[in-house]
Amino acid sequence: MSVHGLAGDAGRIRSLFEFYVVRGRTQIQTTFQYRVATYFWMIGMLAEPIVYLVVWTTIADQQGGAVQGITSGEFAAYYIVWMLVRQMNIVFTPYGWEWRIREGELSAALLRPLHPLHDDLAAFAGWKPVVILFWLPIGAVLWLVFDPVLDPTLLEVGVFSVAIWGAYLIRTMFLSTLGMITFWTTRVSAIFEVFIAAELLLSGRLVPLPLMPDWAEDVANVLPFKWSFFFPIDALVGDLSTGELLGGLAMQVFWIVVLTGLALLVWRFAVRRYSAVGN
Amino acid sequence: MRTGESSRFTLMPEPAVRVAGLNKTFLVPEREAGLRAAVKSLVRRKHREVRAVDEIAFEIQPGEVVGFLGPNGAGKTTTLKMLSGLLYPTAGEATVLGHVPSKRERAFLSRITLVMGNRNQLQWDLPALDSFELNRAIYRIARPDFTPLRDELIELLDVGDLVRKPVRNLSLGERMKVEIVGSLLHRPQVLFLDEPTIGLDVTMQKRIRGFIADYNRRYEATVLLTSHYMADVVALCRRVIVIHHGKILFDGPLARLGDSLAAWKTIAVDLQNGDADLSAYGEVIGRDGDRVTLRVPREDTARVTARLLAEQDVADLTVEDPPIEDVIEMVFGQGNE
Repeated sequence: MSVHGLAGDAGRIRSLFEFYVVRGRTQIQTTFQYRVATYFWMIGMLAEPIVYLVVWTTIADQQGGAVQGITSGEFAAYYIVWMLVRQMNIVFTPYGWEWRIREGELSAALLRPLHPLHDDLAAFAGWKPVVILFWLPIGAVLWLVFDPVLDPTLLEVGVFSVAIWGAYLIRTMFLSTLGMITFWTTRVSAIFEVFIAAELLLSGRLVPLPLMPDWAEDVANVLPFKWSFFFPIDALVGDLSTGELLGGLAMQVFWIVVLTGLALLVWRFAVRRYSAVGN
Repeated sequence: MRTGESSRFTLMPEPAVRVAGLNKTFLVPEREAGLRAAVKSLVRRKHREVRAVDEIAFEIQPGEVVGFLGPNGAGKTTTLKMLSGLLYPTAGEATVLGHVPSKRERAFLSRITLVMGNRNQLQWDLPALDSFELNRAIYRIARPDFTPLRDELIELLDVGDLVRKPVRNLSLGERMKVEIVGSLLHRPQVLFLDEPTIGLDVTMQKRIRGFIADYNRRYEATVLLTSHYMADVVALCRRVIVIHHGKILFDGPLARLGDSLAAWKTIAVDLQNGDADLSAYGEVIGRDGDRVTLRVPREDTARVTARLLAEQDVADLTVEDPPIEDVIEMVFGQGNE
């Protein structure tokens, strides 16, 4: 590659970084405009993990303090970190894609000299710091009530901090690819429901994966769901070796590359079918 | 060094927009109303092909302002969407500034804009200034170029007090003006304007027209404009393209639109005896004292004129093409038939 080519690439990356910063900032401003609504929405989102948390800690207490070796304090840690990971891996859903394609709302994004996926990534990334800030007092209350067992090393904290963004990228690319099916079918909600069912079972969202049968764990290992949910939680809460932590990050990179490639490939054919209805 | 050949020929500028044999067909699902038809459609789905744009061809030179006219559903917006890279053509060729729009290359999208009267591309909950800043990052506009142009556009459209309010709090006309500012920050060389004055009051329409004309002069930008308001077309476009049922009916100077599309002419006759009945010569569409205005079929104009001069006591006689507004109204009217 020539010196000019390298300089051009560096310039492009710098410009893209600047876009992410500006877009993230505008999203933070937008989220603050609706802070009360955001707070109530987040409280609604907490119902799911709190139900799991109460159920599993109760079962653990009834079985003498642990279920298959997981104590109630470890369940508490698992589901409190679960909430944080869940906030991180909320992305633009296929419902959103369905709406933007059916209503012609994608037109504005298509007119810009920037792939719409960048806008989605930057907007949701900007939304994260605000919801995490909102979540902190809730997390603190849950900490006091459920008394979690959590004693991570510095390396585990570092891997967790990277892995939550890896989870975000995996889920964005996966769900965007699903969302793009709307270019062919108009309604993609049914397929999204299948995704949610598979994710509930194979990601560690419903049940920590070690509690699943061995065959289910084997299946989960070769699918992307685990790496966008269970792995970041396990990195902080579990007791993974350095090799397992770095191996997990490598698996995340693998799925990011595969799913980004898939999303871009599908996009290439999908966008030709856009009919820009109404807009 | 000049070669002999290049000194003999004048180089024509490359057209800003070139369209040849362009087609767009939509496949539309179709079924009768009712439960029985709904159940039937589960087994056998019916589709109908709708040809929105049918083998159109034209060229637009750099700096031209061209009106793109036609009734609703004629294919105007579909064409603009294909030229701006939103829609993939079914067949045919289109190039804009040397780029194939459907490839949606960065270099292409950075040099065009599409403004649609009913579309919002600004951040709804934030002041427009924040959206402008986002556009700066998207279009990679250097700060020293961005700030003066932004301020200049804000001043030209007189939106200084609007750009600090959340976009959701602006009226339709106010929003349209800030939309236009946002669409031009990257200084596009080709503007596709789809009903840019729709729903605006007369003063606002006039201001936007003036602004478009000014932008075209200042930056030698090429403009393809659709509008249902004749005032927009008359004020801005010397050339118009009329499209109907996806086909081009007329492409030429606005002044010659009547020659080509109007099937009649008007004859204004000043009579010595103003009460004469002229209904035998054509449709009487006006009478003002001794002056009678007739509408006659274009091919009969010469014969009727000769008869009037021979049979009536004529003081003066003028033959005119119908007003542009009437011709456009006639073409638009066909869309509703």
